[in-house]
Amino acid sequence: MSSDETPASGGESLDAPRQSDDAPRNGLSGPAPEERPHPTGRRNSQGIRIDPEVEAEPKTRRTVLSTLVDHEPGVLAAVSGLFRRRQFNIESLTVGPTEDDDYARMTIVIEESDPGIEQAKKQLEKLVPVIAVTELDPDAIRRELALIKVDAEHPDKVQAVAEMYDGKAVDACSETVTVEITGSRQKVETAVEAFERFEIREIVRTGTTALERGARETADSTLADD
Amino acid sequence: MSERATPEATDESSAEQADGTADAPTETTATADQTPEERAADRPVTTGAESVIRALENAGAEAAFGVQGGAIMPVYDALYHSDSIRHVTMAHEQGAAHAADAYGVVAGVPGVCLATSGPGATNLVTGIADADMDSDAMLALTGQVPSDMVGSDAFQETDTTGVTAPITKHNYFADDPDTAGDMVGEAFALSEAGRPGPTLVDLPKNATLGETDREPGPATTPKNYNPETEATAEAVDAAARAIESADKPLLLFGGGVVKGDATETARQFAVDHGIPVATTMPAIGSMPEDHDLCLSWAGMHGTGYANMAITHTDCLIAVGCRFDDRLTGGVDTFAPEAEVVHVDIDPAEISKNVHADYPLIGDAGTVLEQVDAELAHSPDATEWREQCRQWKEDYPMDYATPEDEPLKPQFVVECLDAATGDDAIVTTGVGQHQMWAGQYWTFREPRTWVSSHGLGTMGYGLPAAIGARLAADDDQEVVCIDGDGSFLMTMQELSVAVREELDITVAVLNNEYIGMVRQWQDAFFERRRMAAEYNWVPEFDKLAEAFGARGWRVDEYDQVADAIEEAVAYDGPSVIDFHVDPETNVYPMVASGGANGQFALTEDQL
Ligand SMILES: Cc1ncc(C[n+]2csc(CCOP(=O)(O)OP(=O)(O)O)c2C)c(N)n1
Repeated sequence: MSSDETPASGGESLDAPRQSDDAPRNGLSGPAPEERPHPTGRRNSQGIRIDPEVEAEPKTRRTVLSTLVDHEPGVLAAVSGLFRRRQFNIESLTVGPTEDDDYARMTIVIEESDPGIEQAKKQLEKLVPVIAVTELDPDAIRRELALIKVDAEHPDKVQAVAEMYDGKAVDACSETVTVEITGSRQKVETAVEAFERFEIREIVRTGTTALERGARETADSTLADD
Repeated sequence: MSERATPEATDESSAEQADGTADAPTETTATADQTPEERAADRPVTTGAESVIRALENAGAEAAFGVQGGAIMPVYDALYHSDSIRHVTMAHEQGAAHAADAYGVVAGVPGVCLATSGPGATNLVTGIADADMDSDAMLALTGQVPSDMVGSDAFQETDTTGVTAPITKHNYFADDPDTAGDMVGEAFALSEAGRPGPTLVDLPKNATLGETDREPGPATTPKNYNPETEATAEAVDAAARAIESADKPLLLFGGGVVKGDATETARQFAVDHGIPVATTMPAIGSMPEDHDLCLSWAGMHGTGYANMAITHTDCLIAVGCRFDDRLTGGVDTFAPEAEVVHVDIDPAEISKNVHADYPLIGDAGTVLEQVDAELAHSPDATEWREQCRQWKEDYPMDYATPEDEPLKPQFVVECLDAATGDDAIVTTGVGQHQMWAGQYWTFREPRTWVSSHGLGTMGYGLPAAIGARLAADDDQEVVCIDGDGSFLMTMQELSVAVREELDITVAVLNNEYIGMVRQWQDAFFERRRMAAEYNWVPEFDKLAEAFGARGWRVDEYDQVADAIEEAVAYDGPSVIDFHVDPETNVYPMVASGGANGQFALTEDQL
């Protein structure tokens, strides 16, 4: 700073009593709203300055936030509470242990606009037990699992459909066959559709779990090392 | 610190100990200036509760506000032995939380509040939520049923960590006597680190009664809590270029300037570069309001000139603010011509509500110094400064005091300001009186405006005045400007002010209405004053006397000065019941979601 002077009281304008006999009785004096100059600029709902002519609603996209957290009670509640409270659009959330007993990894799929995704990441990072948040590459390995229980009327046909989707029958009895399908979300979805030709009794699906490809780290666990 | 209990003859008591003449350990006291090692030697920890109190002592806590009860009793019992922490028993836990919050605002260190489990903890909730919205450093300690009964719906069991999770920076369930003290220390440190906020430690009785000889370690933040303090060089460089080339630069100081102790740096930055300053409400006092460059606060009831400046600036340098909707009005029309430079220690605030063209993540003072060093020259803003000065003239905060109408509340605020020192502290409730206090008191110092901004909690004023009194210097006056409705919400705390002999002056701007609601009903609900009218309010001056405080009633202009003089001079709690004009409205006013530049000066402009 160039000057050492500490700014102190400067003008008198605000210091003097503002009581005045000319003032209006209930309200203040000054040019009315329509007499004031008004700028033409605008912002969109996300506070970004825009050309008023070409305003476009922000597009949403689906993405995966891999979140490394302290493995302790309450973290799942904190994360799900955060998403509820801030109204982030959450598609799925899976959680499980990692290579290190002290940490768990949450894989969160959200569908948001770009600013929404940024905000979700930053809010997650603010939670004290959250160690790192990474938005995964679009080509990351993503897997879901579904268990599909169908009527056992045509076990061979069920088996054939399962094979089409690299699935396998994991349980069978005289009444039902249960098939396990693993794969991308799309694959699991088409598999479920394919099984609809049989009488489906129950379906259970996990959310997406995902890992970066190659040597890339999924959620920077170096932070957790020290 | 005013009103602090003098630590009782510590030297003698430790000498007695050395002689072996001190009989019961209950006679031993600790003082604020002992080192942790001396405390440990003097009075070793034997239980979880003692380690909790030890952690508070080591962290430097000097005041705590609370209410006793079953599950917190062990902690209180340990507090019995501490002379470095002054405990104030409040009438209601909400009062304890607000007092702790205000103590923190004034002292610049976390305030501490205590409550028992169940209703004690739930009564704290409003105060915790209030601190959370205003990013105030505060630590709440709550008792809890023993861990083996948790989940059984035991007597006075509430899921306190569950209830408070969304309104705390972080909370803890401390169920181990060995680590309870460490958790308390961590919670204390965390609440004031980075962007401050309330933290809570829930203490089940088995942890506080349980034996341990572990002295808590130093209060440190969690190891993966590392907020950035310095902005990156590239970001600073880009922001500096934008500021240099601005024609109409405007600084917007937020609460972060005050909380980050960046007031001096921020003022100097404004003066050195000739940049006008608007503030948010929590930042009132960060820039002297009688300074040429100061436009006072912007937003819904901010000054016309601050709102004009925000509307027309081409470079808004926002420091430590979160672009709350009461400030921005409709985001579509907020600072619509401005490139936004946003300095904040919390990355999540960047582009949350208003997009930041130049985000600068770091500590307010540090980043302003970085930017200052990078600026090749100040922006050429002579015309703009002249324009801002012109707006001050065009939109004066003037008001009339016609003899044929009741006392004007603005006049009362100006008289109170005139009768007190420049560093007097003002606390408020929520409503019209709060706005008049903010508008008509000329604030010159940070940490002298203590109010409920983000949550807007009626009843904040009186308990806040109690907390502020304990943190203030002896010669600093503490004035609570309250509304009749707000005062009625927490007036039981007057009993505390009397008992503790606290010198505070409560000025009730009594309009026999919950006035702000009445104003909105008149403007937006065709004057249907449903549930806004108090057709009977108690006589606050007499109530004050019944509490053991002093009371005055004022109806006329010529009574104002004398009553204020006597109340301020009285060394104890006093209440002045000002019967003010019930029909006065707060202006300027930006309608919710409206454009700041379209502020109304009279009702028909809304
Ligand atoms: C706890 C709480 N309840 C309700 C409200 C809604 N509210 C906002 S201002 C207001 C009126 C406040 O009346 P008073 O304290 O008398 O102040 P005045 O506006 O008359 O100055 C009310 C009811 C609130 N802010 N806080």
